[in-house]
Amino acid sequence: MIDVKDLLFHYGDGIELFRDFSFHVNRGEAWTVIGPSGCGKSTLLLLIAGLNRPNAGKVIVGGQHITRARPSTGLVLQDHGLLPWATIEKNTRLGLEVRKFYGPDGKHSPADLQLDEKEDNRRVNHWLTWLGIDNLKKMYPSQLSRGQRQRAAIARTLVLQPDLLLMDEPFSALDAPIREELQKVMNGFHLESGLTSLTVTHDIEEAVVLGEKILVLHDHCNRDPMIIDNHLSGKTDKRKSPEFIDRCVQLKDILGSRSSVEQED
Amino acid sequence: MKKKATMLSTLAGVVMFFALWQLLALIINRPILPSPLEVVPLFLRNITGELGLHFLASAARVLTAIILATLLAAPLGLALGQMPRLDSVIGPLIAIIYPIPKIIFLPVIYVLMGISDLSKITLIASIIFFQILVVVRDEAAGLKKELILSVKSLGAGRRALFKYVYIPASIPAILTALRVSVGTAVAVLFIAEQSLTSYGLGYYIVIETYQVLLYPEMYTGIMGMGLLGVLLYFAIYSIELKVSKHMFLDGH
Repeated sequence: MIDVKDLLFHYGDGIELFRDFSFHVNRGEAWTVIGPSGCGKSTLLLLIAGLNRPNAGKVIVGGQHITRARPSTGLVLQDHGLLPWATIEKNTRLGLEVRKFYGPDGKHSPADLQLDEKEDNRRVNHWLTWLGIDNLKKMYPSQLSRGQRQRAAIARTLVLQPDLLLMDEPFSALDAPIREELQKVMNGFHLESGLTSLTVTHDIEEAVVLGEKILVLHDHCNRDPMIIDNHLSGKTDKRKSPEFIDRCVQLKDILGSRSSVEQED
Repeated sequence: MKKKATMLSTLAGVVMFFALWQLLALIINRPILPSPLEVVPLFLRNITGELGLHFLASAARVLTAIILATLLAAPLGLALGQMPRLDSVIGPLIAIIYPIPKIIFLPVIYVLMGISDLSKITLIASIIFFQILVVVRDEAAGLKKELILSVKSLGAGRRALFKYVYIPASIPAILTALRVSVGTAVAVLFIAEQSLTSYGLGYYIVIETYQVLLYPEMYTGIMGMGLLGVLLYFAIYSIELKVSKHMFLDGH
């Protein structure tokens, strides 16, 4: 589903975040990306989303070389990105409106786009209900809690039926109980839909809960991806189990050693 | 003003205004301040006649200036807000021109543009232009990067960003800028209409009534101009309430 090949990326300051960096995500896998702040994890997500361009190398998603936002890739950012002047319902419809605006051009919207008002309405209602915010349809984002806003942002993305879901620290700004609740929601969604997803987080527990595979980045130029297979994802009820805690400790050690090694360089 | 003005509060304001006027008229007790009991009936009688034409002339000038200024300033503000490099070049110039009272260019504009309505409209438009330019630019520049990225990820290119983000984001700002600048616009109109025209409330107040000591008639002109300012203000305000609902929410 995602093929990152020999990626080279640096911002204007010339400090390289990625060099010769390659990894592969299979269809249907749920990945998490973890690392200290400044390690390039958000950058990597935007590169895959097509909202950032690599200096060299390629990002291929669904067989398509990514040079701009891909219509079937969904993106949810930490700061929900809802339009403050539109109701939750209108916000949820925004992607559909944008698609209608361009028509099925294959660039801004899928080439096989079907414009069906009834089906669109059904989908909007379905996802709002599924995320438990259908009663807030007529409200504006400022009237909602952070968790509710983030649910709306997720609904807006899922309405477009993406085949890949990218999330950047989606639950970081939320209180612990709401964060855990939404993690559970997303786990359930993954089991149900088998949607390929990649979630960036700085939270070790979240990385373990959401990621079948965990990609660990570090705050120096990333070359060899470190990938941890994690069968504990989705086991939200096992947060307190020794196994789960061991995995968290393991991750913590990796993150700690990786950055301390860098400091010695 | 992010608090809703209700019908009742507006009515209360009007009643208090006329009461104060009547009180002052009684205290001062000179021809220069006639009672509203004399002026209001006269106003109602004259507004359907010559006074109405003066009113329409003034209203047309202000409205044309508002439309002209908005059409020119809004796109330029959007462009500057999105192009920080261009803004860093032009920004300092705008910052200098913005606070200059544009009325001082009245003679220059008269000479350059001639004794036409166009010169008066240009003068008023130049005031509103900078008000709108600055707020729209700041609004477009202040949009969160995350918001733009999210909407882009939904497939929006430049055109859709304009339609769904930049334009709806700047309309409330345009309205607020207009609402706060109509007062100045009407004031400048008053001065600009005192010469080189034969229609307009400014001309009516100063030339046709004040200079020939027709004080009650002069007050009908003043009422007309005051009403013009108030009507424009509340018209813009009511549009604001409709389009910027999210800004007038309870507890906001």
